[in-house]
Amino acid sequence: MKPVLAVKDLSVTFRTEDGPLSAVDRVSFDVGDGEVLAVVGESGCGKSVTAMSIAGLLPRTATVDGSVELDGTELIGADKRTLRSIRGREVAYIFQEPMTSLNPVFTVGHQIIEVLRTHIGLNRQAAHARAIELLKLVGIPSAERRVGDYPHQLSGGMRQRVMIAMAVACDPKVLIADEPTTALDVTIQAGILDVLRGLRERLGTSIVLITHDLGVVADLADRVAVMYAGRVVETADVHDLFAHPEHPYTVGLLRASPAAGRHADAQRLNEIPGLVPVLTEQPDACTFADRCPRALDTCTSSQPQLTDRPHRVACWNPVREPVEV
Amino acid sequence: MRRYLLNRLWQSAVTLVLATIVVFAGVRALPGDPALALAGEDRDPESLRAIRQQYGLDQSWLVQFWQFVSHAARGDLGQSIRTGTPVRSMILSALPVTIELSVLAILIASVIGVGAGVIAAVRRGRPAEWAANALALLGLSVPHFWLGLMAILYLSVALGLFPASGFVPFFSNPVANLHHLILPALILGTGLSAVIMRQTRSSMLDALSADYIRTAEAKGLPPKAVVGKHALRNSLIVVVTIVGLQLGALISGAVVTERIFALPGFGKLTVDAVFQRDYPVIQAVVLVTATSYIVINLLVDLLYSVIDPRIRVRGEA
Repeated sequence: MKPVLAVKDLSVTFRTEDGPLSAVDRVSFDVGDGEVLAVVGESGCGKSVTAMSIAGLLPRTATVDGSVELDGTELIGADKRTLRSIRGREVAYIFQEPMTSLNPVFTVGHQIIEVLRTHIGLNRQAAHARAIELLKLVGIPSAERRVGDYPHQLSGGMRQRVMIAMAVACDPKVLIADEPTTALDVTIQAGILDVLRGLRERLGTSIVLITHDLGVVADLADRVAVMYAGRVVETADVHDLFAHPEHPYTVGLLRASPAAGRHADAQRLNEIPGLVPVLTEQPDACTFADRCPRALDTCTSSQPQLTDRPHRVACWNPVREPVEV
Repeated sequence: MRRYLLNRLWQSAVTLVLATIVVFAGVRALPGDPALALAGEDRDPESLRAIRQQYGLDQSWLVQFWQFVSHAARGDLGQSIRTGTPVRSMILSALPVTIELSVLAILIASVIGVGAGVIAAVRRGRPAEWAANALALLGLSVPHFWLGLMAILYLSVALGLFPASGFVPFFSNPVANLHHLILPALILGTGLSAVIMRQTRSSMLDALSADYIRTAEAKGLPPKAVVGKHALRNSLIVVVTIVGLQLGALISGAVVTERIFALPGFGKLTVDAVFQRDYPVIQAVVLVTATSYIVINLLVDLLYSVIDPRIRVRGEA
């Protein structure tokens, strides 16, 4: 089956005052029709930059190489007009901060209507009716009244629902959700995840879910790509990844994640010693080697490539034995 | 919204009362005895007493204040000591000139200032921003009076494009009226546009880096909508504040420009009154200035609530 979104050898470098900064290094992944791909990793691993680069939303200081194909259309290097017609229409975004991601001076209805009028050319009345439908779709009660509310009149969870309604307004092929639940209370998170799951089932939207929360991954994702220091280090089916993590970093990530009951008798969570390196250029070595308990000599002298199996891992000394996480 | 409006009106009324007290006390705190000034050479106690009685200066301050307030409330601001003309009619003839000049100047300043500010913010770090910044610096550094003199010298005297001085009331001849006012308004406006440009630029830069701008871009909106609608609407609070302050300053302080262009406006009236120690006129002028500040502030606050819905709600809370 042909993927809806095919990312191949995507690299992003930022020009900064202290010289170049390599944020993403030859990242490749595919997202199938109606599939939920989770991209996980620590803060600063390049997962958000990867997400933003898909529709060309990075600032001018970024240099992007590689290829992003959406249903056969190349997006890297596409002109501004093409990118604008794709944003909000074919690729839509949900961001982490529902508090600040909505414009405070326009009603939520207006902000949804704006997308509909820009891309589908609906008239004012039709767009208004559709906006109410969309608010109902994402589970906002008394949508007819809420459509005239300003963002500050809604709770954080409601605002995130509005963001989702806005994102799916034009029935996009791919929805990119960048930490959609991170800023919300746990009880609200479950509701948002329900909405996303419902959209996938009802509209068949493919979702790229950017998160560092493995609970969210387990809840929603079909497949997972684990990123570390700008590279994808492991990618597998979600069940396979949780049951048999092969990259030492993935193992560390799973062990560091709190889960009810699992750590009940432990004094504290396991942590991965050290920090994610900030790279000016990508070395020909494994970037995790410094923090890795299983590092070999090869790890610091040669970069491991992703293996070519359904469960792909980039490691010279992968974990094959069963692990307890 | 209605509650917010009532609240603001009440605050304005209190401010106006306080301003009246300050004006009254301020004039009385000025050095010199108005009765002595009025008596001139003839300073025998009898005529001084007569003058004091005529102007109510022999009454207690409280009674004087009450007289002042109750007369002012009925629109009676007294008579000029020098000419005997009612102060009310002096103000009514001078104020429209200044209001028209100020509004024209602020319109010119806003169009240039907001436009250049938006361009400078959007084209950050590119030649368009440097040009806008350089012009703003020039606008801030060049004194109005010099610019006014140069304009008269070249545009009015040498080229004869505009009248060099004088004024025609709007209702007797609107075209001639605008013809007389456009040059002084341009001179005032260009100077102010520099301030507005700097403020617009910085608040636009803030707005453009906000998360909701990223959302607007991710929605695929055209740049026109992202900048002109989403970012500008959020920057307007700052711009409206600065425009309001400047309009207030213009009404009381277009003195130099009015003098250069010989406009019979409020600034000229103020300066003449001060030079001639015309106390009733000074008192009235200060009171009208304070009132216009209060009214402009009220309008600015009401505009805030139109621009930003969060302010409406806060007022009601």
